[in-house]
Amino acid sequence: MTDEPASEVIAALYADSWSRIVATMIRFTGGDWNLAEECAQDAFTQALRRWPDEGIPRQPLAWLTTAARNRAIDTFRRASTEAAKLRQWAALEAKAPPPYTRDSEIPDERLELMFTCCHPALNLDAQVALTLRSLAGLSTADIARAFLVSERTMAQRIFRAKQKVAHAVIPFRVPPAHLLPDRLPAVLHVLYLLYNESYSDQQHKARLSTEAIRLARVLATLMPDEPEAQGLLALMLLQEARLATRLDAEGELVTLEHQDRSLWDRKRIDEATAILESALRRRRAGPFQIQAAIAACHATAASVEKTDWPQIVGLYDQLRRVSPSPLVDLNRTVALAMAQGPETALPDLDTLTASGRLDGYHLLHAARADLLAKVGRDAEARASLETALELAPTDAERRLLQQRLHPGRT
Amino acid sequence: MRYLMLVCVDPDKPEEEIAGAPDIDVWVKDNDEQGIRLMGDRVRPGSDATCVRVRDGEVLLTDGPYVETKDLIAGFDVLECADLDEAVEVASRHPMAWHGVIELRPFWVD
Repeated sequence: MTDEPASEVIAALYADSWSRIVATMIRFTGGDWNLAEECAQDAFTQALRRWPDEGIPRQPLAWLTTAARNRAIDTFRRASTEAAKLRQWAALEAKAPPPYTRDSEIPDERLELMFTCCHPALNLDAQVALTLRSLAGLSTADIARAFLVSERTMAQRIFRAKQKVAHAVIPFRVPPAHLLPDRLPAVLHVLYLLYNESYSDQQHKARLSTEAIRLARVLATLMPDEPEAQGLLALMLLQEARLATRLDAEGELVTLEHQDRSLWDRKRIDEATAILESALRRRRAGPFQIQAAIAACHATAASVEKTDWPQIVGLYDQLRRVSPSPLVDLNRTVALAMAQGPETALPDLDTLTASGRLDGYHLLHAARADLLAKVGRDAEARASLETALELAPTDAERRLLQQRLHPGRT
Repeated sequence: MRYLMLVCVDPDKPEEEIAGAPDIDVWVKDNDEQGIRLMGDRVRPGSDATCVRVRDGEVLLTDGPYVETKDLIAGFDVLECADLDEAVEVASRHPMAWHGVIELRPFWVD
């Protein structure tokens, strides 16, 4: 470790340990979130200044934590005028430093931080923003950019969330066992939202997807008895494995059937399927495990034709039972068309269309156009494609639909 | 930490028997014994309320208009809890959480 330049060691520590230090400091300061972050930031700044000359300490994480802790004590001392508070802090100072003697140890603080960020008393926007800030260590400007709001708006959102945590005394802990099943889905949901946010715009948000996967890994490691946590990690890894083939050389979207499967990341796919298998062995399949199983069917198939479509239909049936949504219905009919032919799937798709629940969703009309064309109802197919084109939310998707409407024209 | 627990009626929900809803007397006794409930009472409805304002040094009394929650608040309790999770747990065992809604407001701490 000492052979590496100090700045690189510090950057790596920042990525791996920011949330551990913040979490420790939140506990140490009795829930003062802002002071905790200030102290963590200060510790890294001190390291940047001193390590290049003095050398990297033998236990860098313990060094940083102690520096952050000393800064908190200083801050408090300067602010404090009451003798009673001073005494209280003198007692704190005498306490042993946090036990970060071995860097390989996974402390529970990060998990506590994750559950605090995702407390149901905070609204979902606040949960996501707080998770990004505190666990991923992203700057307010980064987060604002990712969510397409002004930095000021995001700063206020994060400030209000932290204030509520402090004022309402939202506890800094993993909830007791009887609340876990209620809370874990929200945590998983926030992480998946984070991942999808980055997936939809890979140029600008690659860092968010890396963070989401890292956090899902932390969660899956810390909660080995929760198969849905592993299901989420597997799902993200499977999507990430196909990331490089989603855009062509010109930056245009490439649909699954046209992606170059030889470029998929085999190592990631193998890792994900192993994680998923161990999760499924617990026989408590929730929505993330089922979605991961569907993604695994695609990722391990040699081609579209060789994909196990009947199994995918079965998995969508299962997903419909645990987490029904019109979107799941739509995906199921697409799989059904592949498994049993467009004639079998069309009536289901017609029912879904008639329900009006996905009226404004371009992929419903695109899927319908596809099936209608396959059974030779060309005029209707064209009309559906035109509707899809009108509804498509991004330029990239509009160009993809244009291609289908006017093949050969660019 | 102290929380003001506002016990509110849901005007859209008729106050009928809900199977399994807790008993208010048991709730009061339990929480009084544990020192969680410091005080609390029912209050008369909005139709018996009075608004007080002082403007330019003059006391103005009006019968409304009331802020939205004014019509809905049926009572209040003051809870002493370790944190929000404990307060939520106490609130969720109050029968009005089953019929209406309970708002938890942390006390202002300097």
